Parts: sequence; C-alpha cells; structure tokens
Amino acid sequence: MALADTNSVITDRAASAGLRRRRYAADLRLRIYGIAAITVAIGMLAVLLGTLIVGGAQAFVQTHIRVTFPVSAEWVKADDPAAGNWRNVVRDGLAQVFPDLSAAEQREVVKVLTNNAQFFVRDAVLANPSVIGSTITLDIPAADPYDQLNKGVITRDTAEENRRLNDQEIQWFDTLVERGLVSKPFNWGLIFNSNSRFPELAGLKGAIVGSFYALLVCFLVSFPIGIGAAVYLEEFAPKNRWTALIEVNINNLAAVPSIIFGLLGLALLIQTFGLPRSAPIVGGLVLALMTLPTIIIVTRNALKSVPPSIREAAFGMGASKHQMIMHHVLPLALPGILTGTIIGLAHALGETAPLLLIGMNAFITSEPGGVMDAATALPTQIYIWADSPERGFVARTSAGILVLLAFLIIMNGVAIFLRQRLERRW
Amino acid sequence: MNVMQQATTSPIEIRTPKMPAMEGRAVSVFYGQKQALYDVSLAIERNQVTSLIGPSGCGKSTFLRCLNRMNDTIDICRVTGEIRLDDEDIYNRDIDVVELRARVGMVFQKPNPFPKSIYENVAYGPRIHGLTRSKIELDEIVTSSLRRAGLFDEVKDRLNEPGTGLSGGQQQRLCIARAIATRPEVLLMDEPCSALDPIATAVIEELIDELRENFTIVIVTHSMQQAARVSQKTAFFHLGKLIEEGHTSDLFTNPKNKQTQDYITGRIG
Amino acid sequence: MATALNEHIVTSYEDELINLNKAISEMGGMVEQAITDAANALLKLDHKAAQDVRQYDKLIDGMKDRITEMAVSIIARRQPIAVDLRMVVTAIQVANDLERTGDMAKQLAKRTLQIESLALAPKFYNGVKHMTDLVARQLKSALDAYASRDAAKAVDVCAHDDEVDLMHTSLFRELLTYMMEDPRNISQCIHLLFCTKSLERVGDHATNIAEAAFYLETGRQLGQDETQRQQL
Repeated sequence: MALADTNSVITDRAASAGLRRRRYAADLRLRIYGIAAITVAIGMLAVLLGTLIVGGAQAFVQTHIRVTFPVSAEWVKADDPAAGNWRNVVRDGLAQVFPDLSAAEQREVVKVLTNNAQFFVRDAVLANPSVIGSTITLDIPAADPYDQLNKGVITRDTAEENRRLNDQEIQWFDTLVERGLVSKPFNWGLIFNSNSRFPELAGLKGAIVGSFYALLVCFLVSFPIGIGAAVYLEEFAPKNRWTALIEVNINNLAAVPSIIFGLLGLALLIQTFGLPRSAPIVGGLVLALMTLPTIIIVTRNALKSVPPSIREAAFGMGASKHQMIMHHVLPLALPGILTGTIIGLAHALGETAPLLLIGMNAFITSEPGGVMDAATALPTQIYIWADSPERGFVARTSAGILVLLAFLIIMNGVAIFLRQRLERRW
Repeated sequence: MNVMQQATTSPIEIRTPKMPAMEGRAVSVFYGQKQALYDVSLAIERNQVTSLIGPSGCGKSTFLRCLNRMNDTIDICRVTGEIRLDDEDIYNRDIDVVELRARVGMVFQKPNPFPKSIYENVAYGPRIHGLTRSKIELDEIVTSSLRRAGLFDEVKDRLNEPGTGLSGGQQQRLCIARAIATRPEVLLMDEPCSALDPIATAVIEELIDELRENFTIVIVTHSMQQAARVSQKTAFFHLGKLIEEGHTSDLFTNPKNKQTQDYITGRIG
Repeated sequence: MATALNEHIVTSYEDELINLNKAISEMGGMVEQAITDAANALLKLDHKAAQDVRQYDKLIDGMKDRITEMAVSIIARRQPIAVDLRMVVTAIQVANDLERTGDMAKQLAKRTLQIESLALAPKFYNGVKHMTDLVARQLKSALDAYASRDAAKAVDVCAHDDEVDLMHTSLFRELLTYMMEDPRNISQCIHLLFCTKSLERVGDHATNIAEAAFYLETGRQLGQDETQRQQL
C-alpha cells in the first residue's frame, strides 16, 4: 500500500530501503536458524557417538593372562585326551605361578582366569596332542572382574566391601602384572565368539551370522517381489481406482509400526505355518514384509525417473513392451533400485521390535548353521546385553552398537558407491 | 543387357506411378473425449520430404505418431479412419505393430540414444527384429547405417564408446542411423532439430536431403524456414484439421488459405 | 479485392513493412509529380520548371536507394515469406521502375531545355498533351493498384498499355509528317520524338508496376491470357 502511494517519492524510497533491510535481516535470521539446527543435530550425533565410543572402546580390548600349563599324563590320557580332567590342568598351571598358596586359595586364584579356561586348554591340546606330558603356554582371557580391574573400571580406591574383588585378589593380579603375564590385545573374540554368559567370552558372531541369514532371506524374498510389483504397477497396471487403492495401501504399509509385522510373523508364520521360533527364516520373512513397501516405492521412483525419451526410443525402434522394460528401463533404473534396496536392508538390519516378538532374542551360544536354526540378530543381541547384569556387558553393549553402526555405514556407503558408479547420465 | 535393364526397371515403373508411400484417409484421433485430429486425409509421396507445420497442439505430431502407431502407447487414444502403407491399412488387426515400426522408423525431438555404445545403439533394431544372421552382417548394417547418417567417419574409432557422449547433433544423427538400420520405407521425424544449434541443424537438413533418395520422410517442424528448406511437400495443420497441403514452394510463396498465410507469415490468426 | 491482413505478432516487423509501403507510396507520389511537372514544363517550354525537375530526380534516386536498403534489411532479418516476401520483392521492383520513370522525367526536362522556341506549335501541343495525360493516368492507376493491392485494376492498367503504344506510333507518324512538311520543324520534332519515346517508356514502367501489383496480390505472374481476358 505504501508503495502505491506516488505522492511522496522520498518517503517511498526510505520505506523501500527499510523493507529491504528487513528482508536482508530475515534472510540472515533464517540462515542462523538453519546453522543452529544443524549444530544441534550434529551435536547430538557427536554426543551419541562419543558416548558409544568411550563406553565401548574397552570392549574392543580384552585382558589376557599368559599361563604355562603342565599337561601331565596323570590328568590327560593320551589315548582319550578329550575326557581329561582339564580343570586340574588349569589349577596346576596357576599353582606354578602361585606356588605357595593353600588349597582353598588355589581354588580362588583359578578364578583369575575365565570360567571356561579349561576348554581353552583342552582345545589347544587337542589341536596339538604332542604336548601331553610336557607343558603348553596359552594366553587365557581374564575373568570379567579382573578384566574390569585392568581396564580401571574397578578401582582400588573403593572400599573393599563395595568391591567385586578383595585386596587379596587384587594382589594376585598385581603379581601377574609384575611378572609381565598380563596383556591386553585387540578383542577379536568380540567379533568371532558367539554369545556367552561370561562377558569376557561373549561375542557377536552368532548375531552377525543370524543377521546375515535373516537379511539374506529378506533380500531373496523382498527384492524379486518388490521389483515385480513395482514393474507391474508402473508399466502395466491401468490407472484406475483399484491401482490407486493399491498404491495408497503400499504407502501406508511402509508406515506401519514394525512391531505389528512382528505380531503378524508370530501369529502367521510360527503359529499357523509352524516355522521354528527364533529362526532367521522367520525373521527374514518378517523383515521382508517390512522392506517390501520401501523397495516397491523406491523401484517405482527409479522406473519413473527413467526419461520417457528412452521408452519412446525403444518403442520407436519396434521394441515390445517386455523388451523395452528388460533392455532399457530396468538397467537404467537398477542403480536406483539397488541403492534403495540396500538402504531398505540397512533399515531391516537395525530393526529390533519384530525380532523380539518372534523370539530372536534367545540366549544362543553357537552361531546358526542355516536359516532354520535358532539365532539372534545384531540389534536383539545388543538388547540382550543391555539387559545383562554383569559389568563387562555394559561396554560390550556399546561395542555391539558400534559394530552395528559400522555395518549400517558400510551398507550405506555401498549404496552411495553404487549410485555414483552406476548412475548414467542422459 | 537391354533385356536385363527392362527386367530390372519394370517393377520400379509399376511402383512409381505416383502411388503414395503412405496415405491417411479421413484420420481422426481422440484422446478420451477430446478430439485431437479431424478427418485428415493426406498422401505422403514416395522419396519426398513431407513437412507438417502448424502451431503447437494443432495435431501435426499426433498425425505423425499415427503413421507408426506410436499413439498405441497412450491408453486413452483412439484412431478412426485408415492409414495405408503399401496398400494395407496399418490399423488393421493383422498388422503387427512391432513389424510396422521397423518399416516406419522414427526420430524424436530430443536426441535420445540409448545409454549404450554407439555400435549397440545402431545394432539394436536389426537385433530385435532378427534382420541379421551373423555378426559380420550386423557389422555391415551398423557401418552402412552410420555411413548413411554421415556419422561413420566421426565415430569409426570409438564405436564402443557410449552414444550419450556425442554432441547433440551427432547424437541426433546416431538416432537417425539407428532408425535407418532396420531399413524402413518411411522415416518419421518429430522436430529433429529443435534441440540443436544452427550448424548441427544444417548438417541434419543436408542429411535429410540425402536420405530422400532411399527413404520417404515425414518431418514435423516448428521452424517454417526449415520446412521451406528441406521439404518438397508441406501440410499445414490448425486446430486438429489439415488446412492446406501442397508443394512447398507454392505454399510458402502463395498460400491459398488465409489461415495458412497468417500462420506462416507470423500474423495473429 | 485485397483481403485485409491481420497484424504481425512482431510489431516491429509490422512497422517495417508499413514503412516500406509508405516509402513506396511516397516515392510514387514524387515520381508522379516529376512526370507531371516535366510534362507541363515541356508543354509550356518552362525552362525554370524543367531545371527543378532535374534537381528533383536526385531526391528520387536517393529514395530508391533507401527503399532497396529497407527491403534488403527486412529480408536479412525477418526472412519474410508468402505475402510479405512478395511485398518486399515487389517493393524493390517497383522502386526500380519508379527510379527509371524518374529518369524519364529528367529526360523530358533535358529535352525541354534544348528546345529553343518560346512555345510549342499548337499542332504539336495537342498530341503531346494527350500522351502525357494518358501516361500520367496509367502511372497513377498502376500506383493505386499497387497501394490498394487491386489485381483487377492492375490488369486494367496492363490492358491500356496498348493505347500508349498506339498513341506513340500515331504521334511518331504525325511528327514525321510535320518534319516532311517543313524542314524548320525538324529540330523541335526530333526533340519531341525523343520525349514521346520517354513517355512511352514511362507507360512500360507503369505496366511493370501494375504487373508487380498483380503478383503481390495473387502470387501469380500476370500472363498474356489474363490481359486478353480483360480486354474481351
């Protein structure tokens, strides 16, 4: 209105200068809001990652204690070594380190090593039976309390009665440190061990393999079905009320809370079809149901983004519809489809709720041998660990999350790589 | 010698008595309820360039797309009347549309080579129509098509490089090579130069003139000058109707119809 | 009759064509004036007027150059087609014919200056007067036909060209007779013979302009049959 007033040009000029200033100010404000929002988001991410790294870093190393075990023929028979009394072998090994302890103390000092130390010794001897009658030197993981002591989680300043380890036990450990028997190498067990009740032994192998099988099933089911559905909807289906309804429902399906898919899996797959509980096949099928709408939507978008000129060119050459789709449209849409599928699978990899409902949070100490075996998955494993009381699992939970995040980043990285690499310009 | 000449020339003489290569008779096109083309009857003369001109939405592209049934890809499109190619109605049930498009090739407005190698682009048509029995034959078709399109010398060293890496004019000539690789009788061009610079346009126009020897060409163009330059016959469409057709030189110096005159001289009609 | 044309979408193009048309009309007016003035100067043996006509021819020449430039510029920048193309091409033709007509006026003026009598003998006067009137009428009609795009009128002009030729032939005989009658007439009659020749040429140029008008309107060349049909 003020601008329309032609009587006072000077006022108008001043007014328009003011208006301009306000416009620039608004620009500036918007930019500041944006920067602030991004800072907050990055800050939160940094806090999350920082917490995880600080908390989980310790789980990536594991305290080991080097002990030389005398494998006496008294306890281990050369003709049947598996049946040997390995517990005594372990006791003897520690007795050599601490020769002047009473029998009761010797029973206690054994607990410096992990509870499963005898099996480590057994497996080592079985792998190399020639050592029977002589000695074998092994690095055995320390039991969780000693591991925590070594990592400084259990401090000596704490009053003895509030400590997991008493002064005597700390002194034994110190002795081991003095003799240079304690080491802290990278904890390969975190990746290559299966789950265990003992934190020092617990690893993610079972969960990784379980997740792999579940994702494999998920991919094998959702990829072909998703592409098939998308190709039909995009290229063949007539545009009418029914296809519109289907389209709306596919979009809705993508928004359904994942736990409902879990319930569906439980009711339909396990109870009705009698598939085994906790098995990756059930998990994979449930995740496939969840991923399917994403893949359909992504594929349809990828198909849509293939320029019509390519379709026209194919038709103009006398290609049939099938040839047009298979020779031209799908190859061009493939990078987009693959990218979307990988991101969908990454999403499925992190999905927890439906897996909990179909029992993929079982305590399983060996990796699954196939899709029908009981298994856990990475997120459910993290869930189990987060629920465990032992101190060692706290760090392992964070470490597990970091491993999961690493897998997600790798998958997304592959998606980005594929998009950059395969995307064609036209 | 004389006998042989007679033997070879006589079939041509039978064909040439001015039988048009294609002929539309009372062609009407409907998109759903909307009629886009009204009773168009137009003969496309053999080995001539016929240009279709008219303002946007006048139905010239629609008519062009009827000639190789590209309109079939639009669900709501309905065509009445008949279009004859060598005395067959191409909208007859017996006509296979895939085969028809091999006989009536098409070049589009925007150069649209497939994102494949130059060789694959040209080889695609012969391959899907099974025109060759051996790799050598296919090589020969690719070479001769590229040569006819005046592109061979420019790309002979990089036949395996992507066709999309060529310049716009080269891409369009690649599309022409691709279209003539199926040895069509008629070549349809839908504004083939609208995305090209004047020099590339001139090269294509020269090419069109050369191709006329072997093909019958129908070209839709927005550029009246282009229609005047390349075509022997011109048809002017307006609001879905064929207003005037005739020899290009007549139509551009002395149009019979006032609407044609207003359009070609750039007056408000 | 000419159909009214719509305006061009590009108004500057429209303006250029209008200006070209205006220039042709203007030049037509100038040439008509020159011919009339020259004829009057001849009939009255007015040497001053004849001098003016000679001066005037320079302006006409300049006008022709201007029209040619305008037409070439329109062809180069607008690529006129159909009726516009005919308009521009005939403009060049007409300007050329007009310039030649202007030259004829100059010829008349030059002859006028060379006749050393005080007045034309009345027996010469009538014939020359008739011819100048007829030629001026032809020129005017041709220019009218061009300006109004009147094909019928253009055909009419062409049909009347024979009259000019006939009149020229009869005047030629007449002047020849006078020369044979009395050798003292020879000098004046020779000059007048050249003048009638110039006037006959003006008639031809008028026919050319009429033909251009016919082509402009119909897009066809004015053939023999067209003229004859008109005459019948």
